[in-house]
Amino acid sequence: MNIEGKKAIWKDYQKEIADDKFYYVRSCVRQNFFPGSETAFLKIMREELKKDVYEHPCHTTCTGIGYHSDIVPVETTMTVVARQFAIMNEAGYENLMPSCITSFGLYTEILDTWHHFPEVEEKVRQQLKKATGREFRIPKNLAHASDVIYKFRKEIAAKAKYKLINKNTGEPLKVVDHIGCHYAKMFPSKGVGGAEYPYVLAGMIEEWGGQIIDYPERRHCCGFGFRQYLVQANRGFSVACSKEKFESMKPFKPDMIITNCPGCPMFLDRWQYVINEMEGKKYGQNEEGIPVFTYEEVAGLVLGYNPWDLGLQMHQTDCEPVLDKMGIEYSPEDKYKTEVNALYSESHNLINV
Amino acid sequence: MEKFGFTISKGRQIDYESNDRRIAEYIFEREPSFRLCIECGGCSATCTTGNLTQFSLRELHILIKRGENDQVRQNIRKCMLCGKCTLVCPRGVNTRNIVVLAKQAFQKSDEYAI
Amino acid sequence: MSKQVIVIGGGVAGLEAAGQLSKAGIEVSLIEKENKTGGHLNDWYKLFPDRRNSSEVKEYLDGITHHDGIKLLTNTTIEKFNSNKSHFSIITNEGKELTADAVVVATGFDLFKSARKEEYGYGIYDNVITSTDLEEMFRKGKIVLSNGNVPKTIGIVHCVGSRDEKVGNLYCSKLCCVTAVKQAIELREHLPESKVFCFYMDMRMGGAFYEELYREAQEKWGVNFIRGKVSEAGEAIDNKLIIKVEDTLAGRPLKMEVDLLVLMAGMEMSEGGKKISKMCGLNTGENRFFAVADHHYGSNRSNIKGVFYAGTCTAPMNITETISHARAAVSEVMDYLKNVRK
Repeated sequence: MNIEGKKAIWKDYQKEIADDKFYYVRSCVRQNFFPGSETAFLKIMREELKKDVYEHPCHTTCTGIGYHSDIVPVETTMTVVARQFAIMNEAGYENLMPSCITSFGLYTEILDTWHHFPEVEEKVRQQLKKATGREFRIPKNLAHASDVIYKFRKEIAAKAKYKLINKNTGEPLKVVDHIGCHYAKMFPSKGVGGAEYPYVLAGMIEEWGGQIIDYPERRHCCGFGFRQYLVQANRGFSVACSKEKFESMKPFKPDMIITNCPGCPMFLDRWQYVINEMEGKKYGQNEEGIPVFTYEEVAGLVLGYNPWDLGLQMHQTDCEPVLDKMGIEYSPEDKYKTEVNALYSESHNLINV
Repeated sequence: MEKFGFTISKGRQIDYESNDRRIAEYIFEREPSFRLCIECGGCSATCTTGNLTQFSLRELHILIKRGENDQVRQNIRKCMLCGKCTLVCPRGVNTRNIVVLAKQAFQKSDEYAI
Repeated sequence: MSKQVIVIGGGVAGLEAAGQLSKAGIEVSLIEKENKTGGHLNDWYKLFPDRRNSSEVKEYLDGITHHDGIKLLTNTTIEKFNSNKSHFSIITNEGKELTADAVVVATGFDLFKSARKEEYGYGIYDNVITSTDLEEMFRKGKIVLSNGNVPKTIGIVHCVGSRDEKVGNLYCSKLCCVTAVKQAIELREHLPESKVFCFYMDMRMGGAFYEELYREAQEKWGVNFIRGKVSEAGEAIDNKLIIKVEDTLAGRPLKMEVDLLVLMAGMEMSEGGKKISKMCGLNTGENRFFAVADHHYGSNRSNIKGVFYAGTCTAPMNITETISHARAAVSEVMDYLKNVRK
């Protein structure tokens, strides 16, 4: 593997990422899947990086799940998205920062559609006006929350209490990255590093001391795919996707997986348990699974946050092997005793209106 | 095994590395014209069986070459060995003999005894 | 006083045109940007379909261009182009002025830069090479992997940069299929123990003796042909390449391991040609090659009177076609010089 070849491609896929004054839109499902991630993200942005991040209580789903499951028609989706833009404008913000990859992909797709078909945008404007009386402006900047962490990866590294290094061997941890299909496959130029060799998570891992693993099925879907999973009869297809990835990455002996998307960590994490139940197979070292993290959780660990405040107890594949390798101190008996909102200081309530 | 209301799906990908291509090797050795097929489908178009049942001699050739033996074994019995396919082949492939050899190979291999 | 013609490009077309022009008593200035003539011929070891050594064709071209009437300028590029009715002048990178009564553009093609097909990992994965890299290996007589081992399984990907909207090339480069067949045979010759797989979209064997070569590859050399466009390559821990393709004729996706993956890079309008097209105001087509005046009977004429095209600067061509096209250009030039009014 020649890293210079990758660097040449990464150079071609750099995108503009806003510096401050972010309008943050949460994901529908992440707070159920891995509830610590978004909370940790806000703490990092506000308290570590001192950025202005705003959330609005009237923000709704972007309807991405419905759109990708063939339930919500695209015009409805566009009007809902237009309303999000309007609310952002009303709050005085221009830089949209979604937490969800599918939202990010959907916003990108809609903006691109409007760019090519202005008459569609005009129609949506009319619909929004009729339905809500609102008007909107196109966001000045659209960056996924991971793009922003990528942008500030060096600042986070400067404050790091731990590195992605095995403290016993001194070797960098071997990390598998998974970007999520909707991040760059639809619009490669909108993703840091493009779609074939994405750099958004790889850049963080490099900066925080780890080593990125490239393996043959890196580009393969995690298995979420909405309709693959939502219908129980299709779940065998979903779990087979994840299995294909695990089989392919196993020879590289990865220490952990880092993910970008709401669905990917869920399925790469949960399906390891399911495969083990069905086939008695585990893919990590020492009869363990491969711990799966969101990028916010990894950033939080690097910054020295309490693993249980980050919500790592919600993972079905135990994350302790990574904590041990990094030398993170934690108390096993507190695993399920964490306080609600432990990451928040007084001044930053969940919703800042 | 089924658990949680579903099983892990088996892929439909041809996994070239794990397939057994001994049947193909057996035919290649005895009927070198087997290599010459360009997948034009002339054989399948003229084939009586192919016109009345789910049977494609062209596809069968490919499946033999890839080592998808289970599917070949299930289908090869449908051939009536009339030889029409051999008449039309533009590359001079002895298509009839390939079927004969494939059956032979399956018979010889205990694992795939017909 | 004899007439003067500038030939831009010292590849097959430029050399043939220069040779034929000088034979007809024309004074030729032959401009070549590299330090030697021959163009892509220098990168090739053996030629399809008869697999003769490329140096034999080079020898022929050197022979016809060894002429007092040809002034060869290597390491030379064009900085300025002026035309005044039937009079042309060129300023070279060294500040030299050349004048002529007609110009033959023979700027040829560039090989598609395979790294642009990111999914194949050229320049990233150790054992992904191009057709030109393989020719270099043949020339050295040593076909080895990056670790020095001999490849056992080799995949050849057709249509890299051709028939591909994603890279902006809708056209067929025409020569890659037969190059693949030729190289597959040569691989089997060099490495009798190896297995070779060609992954093609269509086998376009539309030249004299191409189809026969294809048949020979199957019959004599046991080359395997699988119809499907390789969608991606990845590198496994043992450095083997895992490729994904649909075996379209089986109607199923196929995954296999190869030790070496060879990319059949297509042909594109050369960078030099693009520069000259802008500088001189020569029209190009949708495929970015020079647009010829008429596809049927004017494929050497340009939109500027007195400026003619020869060879692959107008479309992908093999050597036979390139030489014929260059000769036709000379015939057009002679006709033009005879009739042009001063």
